Amino acid sequence: MPHIEVRDVSLTYDTPAGRVVGVAGTSFDIERSEFVCLVGPSGCGKSTLLNIIAGFLAPTAGELRIAGQPVSGRGLDRGIVFQDFAQLFPWRTALKNVAFGLEMKGIPNPERERIALEQLRLVKLEKFANAYPHHLSGGMQQRVAIARALAYDPAVLLMDEPFAALDALTRDDMQQLLADVWQASRKTVVYVTHNVAEAVYLADRVLVMTPHPGSVKCELAIALPRPRDPLSVEFIGYQKELLRQLSHTGGDAAGTGGEVARPPDRTAKQA
Amino acid sequence: MNTLDDRTRALRRHVTSLLLAALTYEGLARSGAFAPALLPTLATVGKALIDGGLDGSLPGHALATLYRVLMGLALAIAIALPLGILMGRFRPIEGFFLPLASALMPIPSLAWVPLFILWFGLGNTTAIGIVCYAAIFPMLINAWSGVRAVNPIWLRAASAMGATERTLFWKVMVPGSCPFLLAGLRQAFLRAFIAVVGAEMLAASDWGLGWIIFDAKEFLKTDVMLAALAVIGGIGFAFERLVFGVLERLTVERWGMLRLGKG
Repeated sequence: MPHIEVRDVSLTYDTPAGRVVGVAGTSFDIERSEFVCLVGPSGCGKSTLLNIIAGFLAPTAGELRIAGQPVSGRGLDRGIVFQDFAQLFPWRTALKNVAFGLEMKGIPNPERERIALEQLRLVKLEKFANAYPHHLSGGMQQRVAIARALAYDPAVLLMDEPFAALDALTRDDMQQLLADVWQASRKTVVYVTHNVAEAVYLADRVLVMTPHPGSVKCELAIALPRPRDPLSVEFIGYQKELLRQLSHTGGDAAGTGGEVARPPDRTAKQA
Repeated sequence: MNTLDDRTRALRRHVTSLLLAALTYEGLARSGAFAPALLPTLATVGKALIDGGLDGSLPGHALATLYRVLMGLALAIAIALPLGILMGRFRPIEGFFLPLASALMPIPSLAWVPLFILWFGLGNTTAIGIVCYAAIFPMLINAWSGVRAVNPIWLRAASAMGATERTLFWKVMVPGSCPFLLAGLRQAFLRAFIAVVGAEMLAASDWGLGWIIFDAKEFLKTDVMLAALAVIGGIGFAFERLVFGVLERLTVERWGMLRLGKG
């Protein structure tokens, strides 16, 4: 049984300019411990789809199941990391931020801080346990946010462009760290990005979305061994294939404008 | 962050600003442009301060005033803080209380004094009531604005981690609106002092700094009037340094929720 099942999910919402379709009848499955990237042009509704899986938004049609159970609303079975650095609570130290979910679960204190410190160690920030977020760099804050989302041990980790606001060098480090953390924890990850190289580096499988209104158009399994080498021919081949798919959808992927230099050496499976 | 060097430099600036104001006043008083009875020199005012301090009258009046301010302020906070936060969070509560607050807010607290005297008589009850009235609105409006200014991403993150409405209130909305709550507290204290001095002039029988000023006018004792004003200023200064400044340093400044000025 797939871990996450999305069946004909749609979301329409009313704006002053009329009814807008955010997500248009999309379906896909995600297996347990799978790392899936949702890729699509800006405004295609990939974040909306993630918010539906998170339970922040209720789909207007279709069905969503996690571990076989229909989803209604938020739950401690999902951890969430946003793009905005401001997601950490500024009045709590890194350790207390990570401990928040455990506090909500009612885990008593010595145990709570022990687990939180363990999670900070996983993202290599145990030295900064007592620092307040404003003393940490953007990359460090996002690492605390990842530790916080993992601390209460959800089965699913949802990430909404968590590294998009970081500089390129930091982003590379963070992707490597996330790949390590994922391999250690084996969570099911749904990761939204518009960065093709990031998707190829991280994902087991990439779901490509059409531009607005969004639905999953096709998928591409990344059959590369980890850790992945972004300079290898195969890696670049996957990147080109993804860009080709994106440009077919009429989208404009970040940086490269969906340009294709040579014919793809792999075929994408139509979803 | 706050090195000793920074602090001594800041202290030097504080002293300079106060000293400059004192020197300007002294220059005016000694210029001969005004009658000494109307504009006494600092030495004369200082003597009135010391005399009042030594015979215990000035500290007694100051304590009476401070008692009214703190009681009224505490009452105002107890009402306005929870109400303001609830108004910011729940639309029906906002819809019920906001018109009431909007209508009552522009009424000067001193305009209530004659009525309060009829209702509660002369003395502390009236003074504390007036102080509470004056302090309640800045606290209420700031708590209400503060909650509405709480970054929605904190609420989303917290509720994603299973926070209940009660937890959101205590662990997200209260700390998240701290910059506003502190601003509200400062304004409420200020308004409380303005109200108490006025209330004492009109309604306190024979105690309080406001009463001294009113009483000294009858005898043209400008030095006593200025001494009482200096005590009020001193209390305000002490509260800023010892209460609000410290609260700020322990919370919003430490959390980086406040931008410090340059230099």
